[in-house]
Order: sequence, then C-alpha cells, then structure tokens
Amino acid sequence: MAVRKLAPKEIQPKSFAFTPENEAFADQQIAKYPPGREASAIIAVLGKAQDQAGGWLPRKAIETVAAKLNMAPIRVMEVATFYTMFNLEPVGKYFIQFCGTTPCMLRGAGDIKKVLESRFGEQNHVSADGLFSWLEVECLGACCNAPMVQINDDYYEDLTTENFEKLLDDLAADRPVKPGPQSGRRSSEPFEAVSTLQDPSLFDGSMIGAWRKRFEEQAKPAETGEVAAEMASIPKEVKASKPTAGRAIESDAADTPAKRAKEGETPINPVDRKEASDPSTATKIEPRQEATDKPAPQSSKSYVATPSKPGEGKPVPTSPTTPEAGTPPAQAETRRDGSESKPDVVIDKDNTPS
Amino acid sequence: MAKIIVDGVEVDVPPEYTLLQAAEAAGAEIPRFCFHERLSIAGNCRMCLVEVKGAPKPVASCAWGVRDCRPGPNGEPPQISTKSPTVKKAREGVMEFLLINHPLDCPICDQGGQCDLQDQAMAYGVDTSRFQENKRAVPDKYLGPLVRTSMNRCIHCTRCVRFTTEVAGVEDLGAIWRGEDMEITSYLEKALGSELQANVADLCPVGALTHKPEAFHYRPWELSKTDSVDVMDAVGSSIRVDSRGREVMRILPRVNEDVNEEWITDKARQIVDGLRLQRLDRPFVRENGRLRPATWQEAFAVIANRLKGTSPDRIGAIAGDLPAVEELYALKLLMQSLGVANIDARQDGTALSPAYGRGSYLFNSTIAGIEDADAILIIGSNPRIEASLVNVRIRKRWRVAPPPIAMIGENADLTYSYDYLGAGPETLADLVAGRHSFLEKLQGAQRPLIIVGQGALTCQDGFALLSLAAQLAQSIGAVKDGWNGFSVLHTAAARVGALDLGLVPGEGGLTAQAMAQGGVDVLFNLGADEIDIAPGPFVIYQGTHGDRGAHRADVILPGATYTEKSGTYVNMEGRVQMANRAAFAPGEAREDWAILRALSDVLGHRLPFDSLNALRQKLYAEHPHFAALDRVSPADAASAVQALAGIGGNPGRDSFASPVKDFYLTNPIARASGVMAECSALARELRLEAAE
Repeated sequence: MAVRKLAPKEIQPKSFAFTPENEAFADQQIAKYPPGREASAIIAVLGKAQDQAGGWLPRKAIETVAAKLNMAPIRVMEVATFYTMFNLEPVGKYFIQFCGTTPCMLRGAGDIKKVLESRFGEQNHVSADGLFSWLEVECLGACCNAPMVQINDDYYEDLTTENFEKLLDDLAADRPVKPGPQSGRRSSEPFEAVSTLQDPSLFDGSMIGAWRKRFEEQAKPAETGEVAAEMASIPKEVKASKPTAGRAIESDAADTPAKRAKEGETPINPVDRKEASDPSTATKIEPRQEATDKPAPQSSKSYVATPSKPGEGKPVPTSPTTPEAGTPPAQAETRRDGSESKPDVVIDKDNTPS
Repeated sequence: MAKIIVDGVEVDVPPEYTLLQAAEAAGAEIPRFCFHERLSIAGNCRMCLVEVKGAPKPVASCAWGVRDCRPGPNGEPPQISTKSPTVKKAREGVMEFLLINHPLDCPICDQGGQCDLQDQAMAYGVDTSRFQENKRAVPDKYLGPLVRTSMNRCIHCTRCVRFTTEVAGVEDLGAIWRGEDMEITSYLEKALGSELQANVADLCPVGALTHKPEAFHYRPWELSKTDSVDVMDAVGSSIRVDSRGREVMRILPRVNEDVNEEWITDKARQIVDGLRLQRLDRPFVRENGRLRPATWQEAFAVIANRLKGTSPDRIGAIAGDLPAVEELYALKLLMQSLGVANIDARQDGTALSPAYGRGSYLFNSTIAGIEDADAILIIGSNPRIEASLVNVRIRKRWRVAPPPIAMIGENADLTYSYDYLGAGPETLADLVAGRHSFLEKLQGAQRPLIIVGQGALTCQDGFALLSLAAQLAQSIGAVKDGWNGFSVLHTAAARVGALDLGLVPGEGGLTAQAMAQGGVDVLFNLGADEIDIAPGPFVIYQGTHGDRGAHRADVILPGATYTEKSGTYVNMEGRVQMANRAAFAPGEAREDWAILRALSDVLGHRLPFDSLNALRQKLYAEHPHFAALDRVSPADAASAVQALAGIGGNPGRDSFASPVKDFYLTNPIARASGVMAECSALARELRLEAAE
C-alpha cells in the first residue's frame, strides 16, 4: 500500500462547508439510519465531501463531517485514513488510478506505468499544471480489458503506450475523449477472431439436456433397483424449459460477435470500431466538477445474499491436517484439527492407502 | 449456570462468561494483551487462543462465550484445552508475530520489568525469531504532558483507545491508517483532554505509552511499595505509593471495587513532584515582618508567649482539607483543653454539620451504589472535576442503560448526557414544589439518587438548600429500606473525618469565615490553605508546603504529607481508610499528631498520649467507627434527612458554582507540582479553544 500522509498545513483550505445540495444529500443519508446512529452515514458523506473539495479530503472537511454526524474528529479520521479511496492530499483535475494488479500487469501495465512516470513523475504528485496526478491501486475489476486506468469516475481500458499517450494528450489539451476500451472494441467482447462458442448447436437449443442423454447412455447397465427407478423418472423427451424466453444469445436480432462470426463477418462491428476512433462522435470527458448534481445511486437492497454455508457438501477429510513428521497421514496419533470430536467421522487407521 | 470442562476440570460458570473467564475460574492462566476486564472486548491480539474441542482452529478465548460452545456428541459439557500442544504452538506463533515489529529495546524502555509483553514472551514465546526483514518504524506522538509515547513498541491492542472512549468518556484517541501502517494517535496529536488520561499508560501492556513525568527515573524493582489512600479528593482512591529511599517516585492505583475500581485521577498520580517541592522542612518564626528559620523550641516558645493571657474566646482553630483524623483529633483535644470553642474544619464554609446526624453529610448511596441508581439528580456539583471517579461510576451506570440524569448547577461536560434543569436554588425550589417535569421521573424511580455538591452547600444559605434537597429526597422516597439515595459529594479528603470528630464551632464558637475575618486574636491553622485570613490575628500554620497558609503565618510548624505518615482518612462515603508511610518528611518536619502533642506540653496542657497507638486507642474508644477500616459504618440517614428537611429557610438566588475552579490546583501539594501546573495551563488552553 502506498504511503499516505495528511496534506501539509500550507495547502489546507481555511474552511469547508457543504453546499446546500450536498447538505441535503448528507441529511438524506443520515435519515436512512435510526436516530443516534448518524455515524453509519459516514462513508457516503465523506465521499460527497471529497467530491466537493476537489477529489480530496481537507482537514476542515473531516471536521465538518464530524460535526454533521455528531462524531469525534478522530473517529472520522480513522475512517478517512482506513479507506485508500479517500485522498488526503490534493489530486489533479484528472486523477488517474492505475491498476497494477496481476491481470493488468500480465497485459502490459508496466508500460502504462512507465508512461505515467515519464509524464508525471512519482505517484501521488500533482503535475505542475495541476491537471494530473496518478496513483497505483489494486484491481479495479476490469481485468478483461486489461490494462486499464480509472480517470476520475470513468474507466479507460485496453490501453497501449500509444493510445494512452494520446488519451493523456487529449485530456491535457482539453479535447474530448471516450471512456471505455481505447482499442476500438466494444466493451469486453472478444478482442480478436472468435475462437470459442462457435458451434451453432450451442445456440439452437439442442444442447439443452444433452448431458442427461449422455448420462442415460452411460447408466444403461444399471437396470434394477434404485438407479433404474431414478432413470425411469427422467423425462424421455428433453425440451428447452422456456424456448421462447428470448435469450439474447439465441436471438438473431442481437448483434453478437458469435453471430457475426457465424455469418462470416469480422467479429467487431466496423461501425463501432470507426466510431471509437472518430473523435467527432466521441463524448468529452467530464472534468471533475465541484458540487456535482448527480443523484445518489440508490438500491433497494443494501446487501447481496451470500451462500450461508460455503463449505456445504464438501467431503470430510479423512486424514488429519497436522500429522507428525514421518507418519503416514492416516496413522498420525495427534489429531489437532478438532475433527476427532465430530461424531460422524470414522477414522480407520488400518486402511492405509496402498 | 453452564458446565464446561477446562483441561479436564469441570467447572460451573455463568453462561455469559467468556472462555477466558471460565478458564480462570478453573484455575488456568490465559495470557492476554488486548483483553481487560473493565473494557469492551476487542479480540485483536490473539494471545488468548485456546483449543475448543470440535472447533477446527484455536479460538480467542476472550471473545468466545461459554454459551456459544456446542456440547459433545452425547451431550457432554464442552471441553476446552489451555495446555495442549496446539495451544502452545498457537501462542508461540502469535508471540512471534507480535515480536516481529516490536523493537528489542527493553534495556532503554521504561516498561522493562513491568511489561506484559516481556513477561509473556518469557513464559509463552520462543527464544528466536525467524524474521529477517526490517521492522516497521512509527513516528512518536504527542499526547500531552502525562503520557510519553514510543510508538514503535505499540502492538495495537487498542486498550488505550477503548479506555478513553469508554471509561474516560472523551473520544480523543483513535487508530488511524490500517494494517501494518496502523497508528494510535489523537486527532492531529492534540493533548488528551481527560482528567484520567494517565491510566492509559498503566493499561498499555507494552512500553508504547509510559508516564512522561517519571520517564527514566527508576526501575520498578528498585521501589518499595506501600499501600495507601489518595487525599487529592474526597473519593479516597486506593493507591500504592512506590518510593526509593526517602523519595516517593510514583503513585499507582490499587484495585478497590468499592471506590476507584482500578483507576485514579491524574492529580492523584502525578502530584509526586509536588511532594518534594516547596516543602516546609523547618519551623519558621516571623520577625519584623519576615519569616526566619527557627528551632522547634523557639517556635513553641513564641506560640506559648502569644497564647499566654489570650482569653480562650479570642483563640481559634481552622483545619484544612488534607489532615488525617489523628491530628484533627489531637487538635480538637488541645483546643478543648484550652477551653476554646472556636474550631472549624469547614474552611469553605460548607453547610454541613454533625448536629443533624452522620447521615446528613455522607455520600449515603456509596460510590458503588451509584450503579444501582435508576434516576440521578446532581445539585450544585461538577463531579467530573470534584470527584472524577464518582463521575466515572455515573458514566458507567449511564453506559449500561441511560437512566434519567439531571443537573442543577453548572452546565458542564460530564462525559454523559443529562437534562439541564437550571442554574440555581430557584430551580431546586421549583422541583421540590412539583413545578418541574423531572420530578415525575424521580418519583417513578425505584432507587433515585440525589447528589448534593459543595457548589450548592457553599452558597450563601447552604443549610436552606440542604434542607430543600432533603425535602426533595423525602418526597420522592429516596431514603427507604435498602436504599439511601441522599448523598453529599465532598471535595476535601479530611472533611468527613473532621465532621465525624465534631470539628465544628462549639457553643458560641465562631465559624472558619468569622475567625479568618478577624474574630480571633490567635488562629491555629492546621493546613487550611484555601481560606484568606485577614490581617490582624496571630496565625500559627501547621502544614507541609510554602503555600497560601504559610505566607500568612506568623509561626510555621512543618508537618508531614499523607505519604509520610500513617493516618486515617474517611472518604465521602464514610469509609474509614488508612494511609501508610512510604517515606519520611523532609528536614525537621514531623508527623502532625506529634507536633500537636509536643506543643501541648509546652502550653501546659499535655495531651494524654505518647504514641500514635495510644492516640488511636483513645480515638477508637471515643469514636469506635474509626476502628472499622475499609468499611462504611451505616448511618441513620432517614432521621438525618428528616432533621435536615426540618431546617427550612429561604435559599438565596445565586446560581451554584463548583468550588473547584481548577481541577489540577486544588491543594498545596498540587500547587507545588510542576506537572500539575503544566496540566492546568494546558487545560486552560483547551477550555479557551472549546469556548471559541
């Protein structure tokens, strides 16, 4: 993790106050929680304060948030310093978060980093014109378009030294740029010729239930008993459960790379490719705005359900996990993993694997 | 109760116990760093790992409840093991990790010899480290004049953070950054703003936080340890005085569940330098307006000359806040033998008198009893600075489940929330007359507690206020069988003992104020430094420090402080406690009872005892409750409250103001201390900042 520190006193602004819109946003966040639990809104409110202050959290902003949420300043400080997404020093107008995690690294993030270093010097330093600063961060979750950077709120993917230099030139010159893949491909569709998912039978519904047929054939010898009964219950005719459900991949209307490959076209739509490289149709990157008026992303769900027992159905290990040196696992005397107390685990020490 | 088998020993413990507590109940020792009985559970040091049968991994016993353990397959009680090879290996592993970033600077560390990490590394660690890389380095922090930091040594147990947040009630300390970069600090390295801050250095299991004033002054094994009691406030905290040779080196808290749990205030702890500065080490006699050193004989002769021919009603005695019961008793006997009725131990003019019974001036609910109260009314007191550990108890009660708490007096930050009712007597009168909604809450409470502070009692007509408070206590049923919620909060350690002895003006006697304003010709001042004595009377000052009293004195008799004599003190609850001698008084200073005994001889009224034991024998015969050490002799509060309620009278209109203006400078010892002066200056700064 990069060494972080608080901004020096000289560049700390003298005061900070929420704009009316952000004040309203903070109140709305606080209202989500019961009275006395204002502190729960801290991350949302700190994030808003960071947006308003130009991408970083000055001391006064931390104190303002503390007062707003009825917290001690040190408690807000703890949160602001814990999360690396809160910047404690000023950042450039274009704050580049460069991903250096493994997939990006394998796809050439090192070259991108060299570009950043040669143009702006060390990370965490704002360039002389105040336009840029960069920071190496951990995986941003766009590995399929590696290497990539995040500039302010947008991802710029499929970078090469050339297109990244051009991107930075455009930003510096205030020319419009297009977020997303810079290579011309659309989102994360296959980069080159399609080499997988080409079998037409994948898309005509005939694969549905195929495994079951295969299973039936293999299981033919077992005609009696439980297995046979089970076999009998398997429907003989296999149908797609919802043939008209309209999966995008089966629909000819969808302009997928697979379909294009099937039809013998180039996998990437030339129109898209042209569009991506045509600056006249591109959107201009929005520089960081003070007091953004974007509505807060709201979700009715505050959590995502996770499986309650991740290890359910796993086979129980039959050998101790910490055997004594030199003892065959199943004969180890000292079993310290606690499994000896599990009533349903029977250890047969004579049953040495041959 | 839940059964659990610890190392083959079956114990029956309450189900809410943690495994650590259960193991201790079974006699097993569990090492720990972050766990502390009086703080919330953090579970982050991992030193207390034990093996629970059936659990795949060792578990942190401090954070695992007995009721969370599953029984065995056939319903056997859960089994834990604290001595198995797994546990030993786990402890060694944890210790190795803890020592990765801990510097090996024990020889220059103040914690050396009293360090949990040192001890536990010896007991549970291995003798080598496999860590070859660089250790992390952390900048030291400024946390104020009392706590010295060496943050390289910090093992992130967060005891200090939890103490300041939970017990002291100031959210000053926190852990910023994260992971390996985590650092304990205050916001922007401001000094801590608590009157209990030095306790964090006691809590620190390593040498990261140590006591700044005594840094590098001693090694703990050089000190001789004396159990004693604190006299800086009327709480009477249990302390241990550590001395080397003639010098007191430090003061530490002792565990006393009834009084101070295991905390003491910064004032109780850090006045150590005040014990050796500004000391009166020989008698002085004023000649031609200047004090000159004298011998004991000279000083006594001057007193005898001055007293000769002075009529007893022109002689008076005032006792201060720090004398022990023994010298107060000697003073009382001496004045009796001289026929003097002008005697008073209430230099602040507080409206308390033994005439209404012992229950009328004690903290009847007891300090531990605060935890049982279900409604609290504080009248004219700021417990946070007058008796910090009482405040800690109220806060502890408040944290369990906030009872209704209300305050009449100064609207101060008490570290818990309360209803502010008003500033003065009118609000109290309204409450008594039922014109205030808080009365319903008090009436609805099973065990209401009324705390009457010196801020109210030192007002113009304190007795009328005391009477009002007693009427209120009666009307809400605060005094009944099994609960006595009428409590007087004192600020002076000697006050209750003096009132028990009856050191109040006899028939026709003058009060302390009247004497100080020139009502007498010869005034014997036993350590009363908080009262201004008008020019005129001949003042004999017996005390320890060259403070206000000594400046006004005509003859100075140097006495011993509470660490230099064996003395009985009675705290505000009426708990009789004994302070013991840890060092000797400097120079020619003597124990106070002996000075009075010698003086009585010169005056021709020899006191009837030649030794401290003889004095105590006589004292115990006259006042048997002084013999019951460490106990609170029950007082008949019902009749006392009845008597107080009958006083009546019209209280004045002045709003209540706490008599403690500066927490750090309440007595001559504290005023002599450089550390206290620094704390006081800093607190003033913080107050100014807060006022902005």
